[in-house]
Amino acid sequence: MALFALRRLLLSIPLLLGITFISYVVISLAPGGPLDFLTPEDPNASPEVKERLIKEFGLDRPVYEQYWKWLKRAVHLDFGRSFLPDGRPVLTKIGERLPITLFLNLIEMAIIVGLAIPIGVLSATRQYSLYDKITTVFVFVGFATPDFWLALLLLILFGVQLGWLPISGLRSLNWEYLSFWRQQWDFFAHLILPIAVATFGGLAGFSRYMRQSMLEVVRQDYVQTARAKGLSERMVISKHALRNALLPVITILALALPGLIGGSVIIESIFAIPGMGQLMVQSVFSRDYPVVMGNLVIVATLTLVANLVADITYGLVDPRIRFGGRRGRR
Amino acid sequence: MPKGRARLHHLLALAICGALAACNGELDSRADEVVTSGPPAYGDTFIQASIGDIGGLIPSLTSDQSSHEVGAMIYDGLVKTDKDLNLAPAMAESWTYSRDCLELTFKLRRDVKWHDERPFTADDVVFTYQTMINPKTPAPFKEGFMLVKDVVAPDPYTVRVRYAEPYARAVETWSTYMLPKHLLQSFAEAGTLRESPQNSWPVGTGPYRFQEWKPGEKVVLVANPDYYEGRPYLSRIVYRVIPSQATIFLELKAKGVDYVNTLTGIQYARQTEYPAFRKAYHKFRYPASDYTFLGFNLKDPRFADRRVREAFAHAINKQELIDGVRLGLAREANGPIRPGTWAYTDDVKRFAYDPEKAKALLAEAGWKDRDGDGIVEDPDGKPFTLTIRTNQGNDERKKIAEIIQQRLKDIGVQAEIQLIEWAAFIKEFVKPRRFELIVLGLGTGTDPDQYVVWHSSQRGPDQMNRTGYANPEVDRLLEVGRRSCVQQDRIRSYHQIQRILAEDLPMIFLYYRDALPVVSSRIRGVSPAPAGILHNFDEWYVPKAQQRYTAG
Repeated sequence: MALFALRRLLLSIPLLLGITFISYVVISLAPGGPLDFLTPEDPNASPEVKERLIKEFGLDRPVYEQYWKWLKRAVHLDFGRSFLPDGRPVLTKIGERLPITLFLNLIEMAIIVGLAIPIGVLSATRQYSLYDKITTVFVFVGFATPDFWLALLLLILFGVQLGWLPISGLRSLNWEYLSFWRQQWDFFAHLILPIAVATFGGLAGFSRYMRQSMLEVVRQDYVQTARAKGLSERMVISKHALRNALLPVITILALALPGLIGGSVIIESIFAIPGMGQLMVQSVFSRDYPVVMGNLVIVATLTLVANLVADITYGLVDPRIRFGGRRGRR
Repeated sequence: MPKGRARLHHLLALAICGALAACNGELDSRADEVVTSGPPAYGDTFIQASIGDIGGLIPSLTSDQSSHEVGAMIYDGLVKTDKDLNLAPAMAESWTYSRDCLELTFKLRRDVKWHDERPFTADDVVFTYQTMINPKTPAPFKEGFMLVKDVVAPDPYTVRVRYAEPYARAVETWSTYMLPKHLLQSFAEAGTLRESPQNSWPVGTGPYRFQEWKPGEKVVLVANPDYYEGRPYLSRIVYRVIPSQATIFLELKAKGVDYVNTLTGIQYARQTEYPAFRKAYHKFRYPASDYTFLGFNLKDPRFADRRVREAFAHAINKQELIDGVRLGLAREANGPIRPGTWAYTDDVKRFAYDPEKAKALLAEAGWKDRDGDGIVEDPDGKPFTLTIRTNQGNDERKKIAEIIQQRLKDIGVQAEIQLIEWAAFIKEFVKPRRFELIVLGLGTGTDPDQYVVWHSSQRGPDQMNRTGYANPEVDRLLEVGRRSCVQQDRIRSYHQIQRILAEDLPMIFLYYRDALPVVSSRIRGVSPAPAGILHNFDEWYVPKAQQRYTAG
């Protein structure tokens, strides 16, 4: 097992290199460069400044040279500074946006998993019942509803018409002057709608996986056996069927890990949440290569780690894979 | 006194309207008259919604609008633009030209202090100049400083600027935000201004002091009690970054923001026309400082023929564009100079909407529908087809392109529309001049000098003469215009330039958009003028009884 993990770990190094190289080339090839934004369509903007910055940023060098320079620094975890006029370090820029995105995504993930498992299991055990049909319609409506549309409707209802919830941002402007508990409530109130919208959209996929996985498991012989032993249906489902049905779901969960640091641009824009999604999109639009690359490295690393974790946990959870592995090595 | 002031404002609003002729009576009768009641009081927080975050806090290094809006509150220049778009004293109490226009002397105010209590002196001015011309300083707008021969400070409150040749925009150049020498010298010399603390924690001399910048979230400023023009009434300004236009609008409806200047035409004209909104906000409307145009590529042999350009001008109905795209919230443009400024003239040639005349002109230029397919062809049978290009994400420009496409079809010209992402659009099409027609906007400064847009020497790929326009007479007038410091002499040049451009038609000037700000009605003291409404921001206040945010 350890050897397997180590081998996978070593393999991910060239993989990561490949990912960053291709990303670097692709972003560099995209038409337009970071400087088209510093010297915009304005009659008074001076071209000399642009020349100078091109040199300073090293954009006059061939792409492979730029990449090599970037790589040498990146291995020391130095991702450089943003090309934008704020000139701030990439890691600072990412660092100040990561916590809120991570926080939101973790809560969303917890709610989605918490809701999707029972929904899926119940749908599967009562396949084609009224409950199954209703939840199917419900989750598919959620899946098909555009985020921005639902978000705006909810904002109009709860923010404008009823005035129960704040519309945008993370905190009220007089937040510093509220009592401790009021502060917590204020923060929470700002998060209700964005989390609700994101959860509603994400519920469908997950609960369908759960339902599907459960449906396959309940047809298995060992479930029949459990029933034949005279176990209660409750025991059969929760002890024997569910544990096996969760296996594929774990893989999906692990693969969703990199998604945790990528925010939804649409939700972040509508609710004015300064998260990772906005940062990524803005940096791409302004061709802010260092920030784009910094972001990509994090996402790529997480994806590779997630794959690894998925494989390993799979082995841990599923005795067949574990034992199979031992036999194979002998 | 309060009543008298209100009447004065009303008169002012009418005066602007009269001067601009293009006023839409119906809308303007609904535009707001400003009420001032209750004595001015200090306090309250002013919340402005901003669609984009600021780029940095040294505005000279940035080119985005948000940075300059915030920068204008923190920093000051030697001169400023007053409510009538004329140059007025700011940190300089006066300025004089030498007789030959080559030497400009500023007398500085003695009571100006940096936000860290250090006095502001002529040394800071010299330093700002040196920083701006330093090749290591990545300032996008340094053009005006490159023409300066030298800057000296004979005493701490006098600055003498010398020019090698007369430069008309000399005074305007010094509206640049002054930078603190004592904090920035080492960074400026090392070329690391962007990384200096000043870029995230600025010290200026302006009416507001910096308090906090949470990237992507908000910028907070507090009133500067030592401001040389007196402490501003509003205690705190919060710029909230709300990237979605729809959300800004909802925040406005829920009274969560006090000032929005990014409303769309339909939001301004229709969706905010209900009693509760009219009670909560005042709406204002005045011409913004940029125009939208349809640019020809004059390198294209088809457009080198003036008759074709005239035909296109006759084919396009500007009023239809204004009504359709801006819901009437714009003013017809006939030249590149901002209406209402001293150099503007409306005595120029106009091309009325007349498709028949357009067809006749095309026929005269050899374009006739020879095979009866509705599209005109040249004598060799090649149909007149072209592509109108503009940038993606600008709904207004897209609609303009669509309407123009239809109008061109009426005269037998088949146009495709291509929307391209901004960076690619500029780099692949606009700069190498690989286009036929483009829809774009151009800003007009306070000064009418547009040498870089129209002079034939400015046709390079990184220069601003995008259509490739060249006319020796215009070249000469542009040179004359920028080489005088006497306004009366300059007026003649600029009037003449406007007349020639209107006839030469290097582009079809479409319209000047109206700026459409709305301000919470609890804010008093707003006084609309040709320059807009923000010119007297430090006089805005909220009467004690209506202050909403006690904190700060």
